[in-house]
Amino acid sequence: MPRIPVQPSPMASPKSFLWTRRIFLTLLLLFVLTPVYVMLSSSLKKLQDVQGSFQWLPNGITFRPYVDIWKTVPLGHYFMNSLIVSVSATLFSVIIAIFAAYGVSRYRFPGRQFFTVTVLSTQMFPGILFLLPLFLIFVNIGNSTGIQLYGSRLGLIITYLTFSLPFSIWMLVGYFDSIPRDLDEAAKVDGCGPFGALFRVVVPAAIPGIVAVCVYAFMTAWGEVLFASVMTNDSTRTLAVGLRGYASQNDVYWNQVMAASLVVSVPVVAGFLLLQRYLVAGLTAGAVK
Amino acid sequence: MTATAPPRSAPEAGPSDGKSVGRGRLRPRVPDRLRRVGVPYLMLFPALILELLIHLVPMIVGIVISFKGLTQFFIRDWGSAPWTGLDNYRMAVKFNQPVGEALLHSFWVTVLFTLLSVGFSWLIGTAAAILMQDAFRGRAVLRAIFLVPYALPVYAAVITWAFMFQQDTGLVNHVLHDQLHVTSNKPFWLIGDNSFWALVIVSVWKSWPFAFLCLMAGLQNIPRELYEAAAMDGAGIWQQIRKITLPSLRPVNQVLVLVLFLWTFNDFNTPFVLFGNSAPHSADLISIHIYQSSFITWNFGSGSAMSVLLLLFLLVVTAFYLLFTRKRDVDA
Repeated sequence: MPRIPVQPSPMASPKSFLWTRRIFLTLLLLFVLTPVYVMLSSSLKKLQDVQGSFQWLPNGITFRPYVDIWKTVPLGHYFMNSLIVSVSATLFSVIIAIFAAYGVSRYRFPGRQFFTVTVLSTQMFPGILFLLPLFLIFVNIGNSTGIQLYGSRLGLIITYLTFSLPFSIWMLVGYFDSIPRDLDEAAKVDGCGPFGALFRVVVPAAIPGIVAVCVYAFMTAWGEVLFASVMTNDSTRTLAVGLRGYASQNDVYWNQVMAASLVVSVPVVAGFLLLQRYLVAGLTAGAVK
Repeated sequence: MTATAPPRSAPEAGPSDGKSVGRGRLRPRVPDRLRRVGVPYLMLFPALILELLIHLVPMIVGIVISFKGLTQFFIRDWGSAPWTGLDNYRMAVKFNQPVGEALLHSFWVTVLFTLLSVGFSWLIGTAAAILMQDAFRGRAVLRAIFLVPYALPVYAAVITWAFMFQQDTGLVNHVLHDQLHVTSNKPFWLIGDNSFWALVIVSVWKSWPFAFLCLMAGLQNIPRELYEAAAMDGAGIWQQIRKITLPSLRPVNQVLVLVLFLWTFNDFNTPFVLFGNSAPHSADLISIHIYQSSFITWNFGSGSAMSVLLLLFLLVVTAFYLLFTRKRDVDA
């Protein structure tokens, strides 16, 4: 994190402030953690224990749900699909964002402002607005050229990478702006072209920002539901849709649902918590200017 | 940005080679000016093409479709669907007819939902950020925990909430009925009128950490000296918060509230995972409503018309919002 917080206020905080803080933060902590606790504790319960009235403490702990989740629905398959789609979308998105951000950060050219505003504003449009047309366009491209975008991972990858692109560009512009221009000028004097300067000087210096963008892009792709539910079929289904498989049966295997939720959350939450300081720093660089 | 440690780089890595100079000489001579002008556009090109392809073109197609009678019979060749002029729009805004009435209802539900969710998310985020501005033991851990709802994949988090809101096996009813005896029986949370409140709670739980994240970043930019000066003048901590912290956060808030508003208004994931394909009447958010009008009944023309109306509404609100907040900036 940027700045190590500050000594205590010059004026000692009064009791009322300290108590407000204690009470408020405790309540908030409960609110935030309750679902996490439910997820964890229920995933260790037997099926009959999640079918009766809720209990805070499990009657007995079992790891069976963690074994069963892979059999009830093809979770491993969904997992692979999500992984392939998210990793590819992240990779492409970040590379494309690096170029675009460098262009915006280091050059003044007609249309620069327009580009920034247009790209950012696409972020704001309701997904539902371009879901239908995109669906039709993908189906029609498939029919006329044979390139299957509808129902394929490729279609999902292209779609997801455009979702994280605007914000990634925005964050990286902020980051690149904070890297002294003299550095790439020096590289250019030494004979690097603009791309040489980008990859030898700016990218190595911006690694924290790039890491942040990777985390963000991966989270975006990993968590998307709307397009995944329309644009995938049985063989390309991702976790976002696949997880509902446990609930569509007559019996809802809640212990397995919770176990599966936990399993699919661990990679992103762990990654996020490990790298959150970069993300916060990147967000700060982009947002608070 | 002062808060981000300026990343160090290795300038000594630059002059490593004479060979890139040599390569430069061999290159065909594009006039220097043209090359310089072309480079930024070349760098933006991939991003631009993709945004055009996935966002802008579909949007234009969507507007075209909204003037067509596009039903499942024309999916394979949507160009051949008949033009119907403004029929789709007329149907959508006839508020005394079933379709229009349902759309209007859904619109109001979404407005109320958005106001509540954004309001509470912002309040909690602001309060938490301010209370955690100064160092105390466990602050870093607490901050990491508070970001967990933001980091969790939406479907995993919301499905857990769906479990908690189950009528007979959920935690919420267990606490309310079995432990606190607040309710005389176990109410339903995911169908009927209560579902609206369930939706608001889940939405706040999920969005407040983003507000928290942005506001924390904003707080770091307030110069320490301001507080010190205020303290010298005898301002207490509550006064400092009111007179210094909140006004300083204005620029962050301006963007934050708009972004939260747009995300919440368009939110599809939360209701979709919480309720499945058919949202209860009282929690029939606009995205879900349009989704159902399009993909369940396969009437794309009417669904597109509703999407276009939604977009127009959001554009107008955003324009007014920006105008209003700008004007106050100038006045201030």
